Amino acid sequence: MLYFSKLRVFSVLIFTLIISYFTISNFTKVDDEFFSKNIKLGLDLQGGSYLLLEIDNEPVITQRLQSKVLEFKKFFKDKNIKVRNFVIEDKSIIFDVENSKIEEVKSLLDDDKSEINPYFQQYKSHQFNIENMDTSFKLEFSDYGLVLLKNSSLDQAIEIVRRRVDEVGTNEPNILKRGNDRILVELPGLDDPGRIKSLLGKTANLTFQFISSSSEESFGTEKLSFEDGTSEAIVSKRIVLSGDNLMDAKPTMNNQTNETVVSFSLDRVGAKKFGKATSNGVGKRLAIVLDGKIISAPEVREPIIGGNGQISGNFTFQSATDLALLLRSGALPAPLNIIEERTVGPDLGKDSINAGIMSLIIGFILVVAFMFYKYRFFGLIANLALISNLFLLVGILTLFEATLTLPGIAGIILTVGMAVDANVLIFERIKEELKNENNSIVAFDSGYTKSRTTILDANITTLIAAVILFFMGSGPIKGFSITLGVGILTTLFSVYFIARLITAYYVIKNKHKEKLI
Amino acid sequence: MKTIYFNKFYKSFNILSGILIIASLVFLVFKGLNFGVDFKGGTLIELRTDKSSANITKIRDSFNQMNLGDVSVKNFGNETDFVVKFEKQNSNDPQFIEEIKTKLSNSIGTVDFRRVENVGPKVSAELLRSGVIAIALSLAAMLLYIWIRFEWQFSLGAILALFHDVIITLGVFSVFSLEINLSIVAAVLTIVGYSMNDTVVIFDRVRENLRKYADIKIFELTNISINETLSRTIITSVTTLLALLSIFIFGGEILKGFSLAMILGVIFGTYSSIYIANPVLVSLKVSQRTIVKEEKE
Repeated sequence: MLYFSKLRVFSVLIFTLIISYFTISNFTKVDDEFFSKNIKLGLDLQGGSYLLLEIDNEPVITQRLQSKVLEFKKFFKDKNIKVRNFVIEDKSIIFDVENSKIEEVKSLLDDDKSEINPYFQQYKSHQFNIENMDTSFKLEFSDYGLVLLKNSSLDQAIEIVRRRVDEVGTNEPNILKRGNDRILVELPGLDDPGRIKSLLGKTANLTFQFISSSSEESFGTEKLSFEDGTSEAIVSKRIVLSGDNLMDAKPTMNNQTNETVVSFSLDRVGAKKFGKATSNGVGKRLAIVLDGKIISAPEVREPIIGGNGQISGNFTFQSATDLALLLRSGALPAPLNIIEERTVGPDLGKDSINAGIMSLIIGFILVVAFMFYKYRFFGLIANLALISNLFLLVGILTLFEATLTLPGIAGIILTVGMAVDANVLIFERIKEELKNENNSIVAFDSGYTKSRTTILDANITTLIAAVILFFMGSGPIKGFSITLGVGILTTLFSVYFIARLITAYYVIKNKHKEKLI
Repeated sequence: MKTIYFNKFYKSFNILSGILIIASLVFLVFKGLNFGVDFKGGTLIELRTDKSSANITKIRDSFNQMNLGDVSVKNFGNETDFVVKFEKQNSNDPQFIEEIKTKLSNSIGTVDFRRVENVGPKVSAELLRSGVIAIALSLAAMLLYIWIRFEWQFSLGAILALFHDVIITLGVFSVFSLEINLSIVAAVLTIVGYSMNDTVVIFDRVRENLRKYADIKIFELTNISINETLSRTIITSVTTLLALLSIFIFGGEILKGFSLAMILGVIFGTYSSIYIANPVLVSLKVSQRTIVKEEKE
């Protein structure tokens, strides 16, 4: 165990130096991108907000079922099958078929090549599960159909969330999917998430609907309240125009009234629709509805043909800016709920870094002093291994741009405390071997060999804990598991390559000396 | 070095451990753990006040007027910092935190919210579940590992030692109503790793000695092994404790609970390797035959 080839010495040295370089690169500035890597600080250290959003898929399911009902009606009509009594109840579609067609409908829905109830070979599942009782059919989303629906609404939502966050212009936001109905938003450096939260909390479904004078409207009417909550109005259910046709929106000043408004421009289809509707509706009030609340309901004085318009509604400049932003980024497919929020102010982050570094330095000094006191020269070797261990650990974390969190720093300090264990096991073993062995080289050699399984056992147990934490933990805790786990690997390297190398040189040089260790 | 007769005290310390475990379980069952917002849901605000203006009573009073459910206020580190926890969480209302801040500023002067954590009931239930699963999984993984590496008598000893450490550490947290949050779960997992590590080192030696000495009884043999590895046990636990103490004292308030749990875990882990794991080998009458039989297979 004490023999090292020149090549091995060389590679150990080069490897250590390269990795250690990345530790130092945290404190220097180099122009090259690869060589100027920095360790990434977690939100708990640099300050920022962590938001976990959950999509409320209920409305999406209802919507999808409604459009599916229309599809079914058309499909069966084409096939000359009479179906009746379509209802959507309890997240399923229920309908009746005439007696003679039950079997046909069954096979149409159950076929692997069904057009109306697609079959997914790889999941061995249809989009809908079918229940048949006499003439009545009940269709319910299958598990996979539901997953598919959730995934598509998640994909849409994440895109909208990204647009909204980008528009606000925070630096390096991190937006990730979590499962099939959650979105994780990390906003480094953001001190007050209030604005982002209010932007993400809005579905931003914009519609233009006429205020109805009578309740006898062919499309039906609904009662909506104004945004400020002071009054209500009866609105036709017919949607003149929706936010989908919006091309751009920005806050502007209305020169005549001197108030802040949101001006918008429509795409071609939208402009046409809007022009036609406003031509027919001169003199009526057109309600501008956002997420079921009326922002304002101005009277149409003249047809609006150019595709440009304004939304007024007692805006401040800020609220007009936000509304414009929401309209530009588009509507969410479903409402988002914020189910977890963690915000750390930049002050606290800085304090945490300082406290972390302070305890690292003090812990390090204490351990190093103790090892020197216990082992003298060999304590120095162990300490040198410990230092290179630290450099390797931080270097690897930097190289892979791992995220350093406060518990992560604790993991580094803990590594300092536990890393000496391997060298201690070896040194203690060597001491025992030296009692019965005069040849110090042999004693050192067998000291290393005999302690090896124990050291592996001991480190594997900690590694198991670290790996489980990595997969089960979140955020800061994950940071801890990373430093702990990587720390074990660098510990083994520093003990078996660096410390052993130095020990070998020393022992071979001083093999005749009494009481080596 | 002089031999210390640890084995003389196997019985008395086993009784002590038994009492501690039962006491811990009684506390865990009847008093329970003080779960933080991570596991219980709710809101946590760490705030810093203007030097002159605030004290705990004042802060508590103004929070109590806001209808936030059960409110707890604690000093956090220095005298201007406080941690406030309450049941209500309403992260969907973007103004929720802002309103609290305004109301608070009106009654006690300038405050700075240094940290806000808002955890919904669904998420906290999931975090709790995954925390329990993580601990259970790590215990199972250790069991599996040691089962592969050693004979079943050893595995039993090591696992009993593990349970001993985890239960008593949690027991201490229950007795003193210390907060259980995500970082405590991390600490418990690390304790599991450390305790196992410590036990394995002694067991490796016991097994080696079993091969060497056919005629020494296990009662003696464990003591020899403990003594032979004693200086390693002491040095490693001292360096680990030095590192942990440094976190506990200098690492800031946030890491206090984590480092305390680890400190307790290292102390119990070291103790249990000697006084739980080894007595199990003795009472299972492990002998040279135990390991030779296994190796023949």
